[in-house]
Amino acid sequence: MMRNLPSYLIILIVGFAIAACGGRKPVPVDTEILVESVGGLAGSDAPDVSAIGLDSDDSASSSELDGSFDAEVDLSSPRVIYFGYDSSDLTPENKQIVQVHAQYLVSAPGTGIILEGHADERGTREYNLALGEDRAKTVSDFMQALGVDSSRIQTISYGEERPVSLGNDDSAWSLNRRVEILYQ
Amino acid sequence: MLARLKRLLFPQLLFPGLCLVMLLHSSTGYAVLTIEINKGEVSGMPIAIVPFAMEGVSPDEQQPADIIEADLGFSGRFETIPRSSFLSAPHDLASVRFKDWRLIKSEALVVGKVINIGNAQYEIRFRLIDVFREKQLAGQKFVVSANKIRKVAHQISDIIYQELTGTMGAFDTRIAYVTVQGAEPDRQFLLRIADSDGWGAKTILESSQPILSPSWSPDGRRLAYVSFEKKRSVIFVQNLSTGQRNLLAEFQGLNSAPSWSPDGRKLALTLSKDGNPEIYIYDMASANLRRLTRHTAIDTEPSWSPDGGYIVFTSGRSGGPQIYRIAIAGGSPQRLTFSGEYNAGASFSPDGRSLVLITNQGNGYKVGIYSIQDRTIRELTTTWQDESPSFSPNGEVVMYATQQSGRNVLATVSVDGQVQQTLKFQGGSVREPAWAPFNRAL
Repeated sequence: MMRNLPSYLIILIVGFAIAACGGRKPVPVDTEILVESVGGLAGSDAPDVSAIGLDSDDSASSSELDGSFDAEVDLSSPRVIYFGYDSSDLTPENKQIVQVHAQYLVSAPGTGIILEGHADERGTREYNLALGEDRAKTVSDFMQALGVDSSRIQTISYGEERPVSLGNDDSAWSLNRRVEILYQ
Repeated sequence: MLARLKRLLFPQLLFPGLCLVMLLHSSTGYAVLTIEINKGEVSGMPIAIVPFAMEGVSPDEQQPADIIEADLGFSGRFETIPRSSFLSAPHDLASVRFKDWRLIKSEALVVGKVINIGNAQYEIRFRLIDVFREKQLAGQKFVVSANKIRKVAHQISDIIYQELTGTMGAFDTRIAYVTVQGAEPDRQFLLRIADSDGWGAKTILESSQPILSPSWSPDGRRLAYVSFEKKRSVIFVQNLSTGQRNLLAEFQGLNSAPSWSPDGRKLALTLSKDGNPEIYIYDMASANLRRLTRHTAIDTEPSWSPDGGYIVFTSGRSGGPQIYRIAIAGGSPQRLTFSGEYNAGASFSPDGRSLVLITNQGNGYKVGIYSIQDRTIRELTTTWQDESPSFSPNGEVVMYATQQSGRNVLATVSVDGQVQQTLKFQGGSVREPAWAPFNRAL
């Protein structure tokens, strides 16, 4: 959405977005921190890719800025939803968590979210990629059923590629089977 | 009786589980490669490979006999006789004393020379000799530069393998794989191409984001793969000689699991643009995209049958992942696997008679072979976190990723499960191996 924009433009847009929705519900954000965090994201998280041909030293490279940042909705509400093994089903507790976010989103029309689906490391990487997608879609579908417009929800799956716990046991795996709710 | 005689002659074969560790220094890469071999029952045709004469060659150059011995030894089809028991060291047919080789029960003998012929060119000659019939089975002369000596040695292994087993050798082939270095948030993903024994690795893509599922075009000139460089999964096709890349699929949602058709004209892939992960066929020439599966459950990991008529894929439609088959024309998929709670990541053997897959029969995620005719699954490995199995192009060996001591490594196993080999690359973990098709060029 905000890709390929210079960072000062992103800062301007961010500032404008905050000013625009500042009149309704108090969103506890700090402009300075946001500016810094946008800069930080651009510096540390911008993908750095280069392709190298076997026959030459020519390399193509690309880099881009990531426009996402995390606005504070409600510090007390969990932003991670955990799942059972090979499952995309939401437990009643998880439905409550999703409900809190859905209600906030309905009340704050300017806000968009990314639902990032993840899986534990067991099994094949591609099936886990699909499983992460399925989990993110399940959360997305439930949010839409609660009145959130689909245009405000983006789903991404990282499969087993971004574990939060590097352990090799049930407790680590259960932490990695998750959907993270990221505010834009 | 014969086995006992063998044991008397070769005391080192007394241990049924023979384990070797070789530390190899790659001349081209920074990586030090360790190969561990684990043999079950040592069997196969006894063969003696005499160190080649090295005439005017620097002692740093590769000894072809070492490479040929490693190739044939790892295959599980040969028993390479230790050099310490050799009674003579011939380099051509005329100087072979056949009784020296009959005495140590060698059925086949390989001799040869590397000669520096000037202008940085080397002549490599070899002969494969039948010890009992006292005749030459194969012989060839190659003229190459020094950096091709390894490749020639692999080609010699291929010729010997074909001559003695009737099956094409797959030693002179390549693999693609992904290495990961560092920890979040500073991970470095490298997509690399190396010889099938892990040597001569070259990086073809560097990224700070995950790279997955490399798939070779049938001509071995291009790789399709999944990259997260756009902060989500998209599919690229990269020309290996030029490095030029085309962004093939960047639809909303998942873009993953590319698999080339045997004629190289189409790619099967998984997209979730129409709701949930489904399999599509992409026609490279027309850019036409056709949806193949329709189900509310996950459908992914397509792989073509060698005749191009079918696709096998993983589906969660029964409640857990199982393997299904669907005709390219469409229609209703047929479930293939019924044994085990988890079967995924299947691909066809080159003869189309079996599938290699990841199976969990209750004791971990292992490489298994599914027989199309018998409808049975046979586990091949003793590890329990296996991933990404890939047949060698002759169908005799499977390469896969697994974990050993908390590290991701690549491993191979012969299809009879008897010979297992681990390739450990220093610095970082290794994953997503994909074995390239045959490529006979020097």
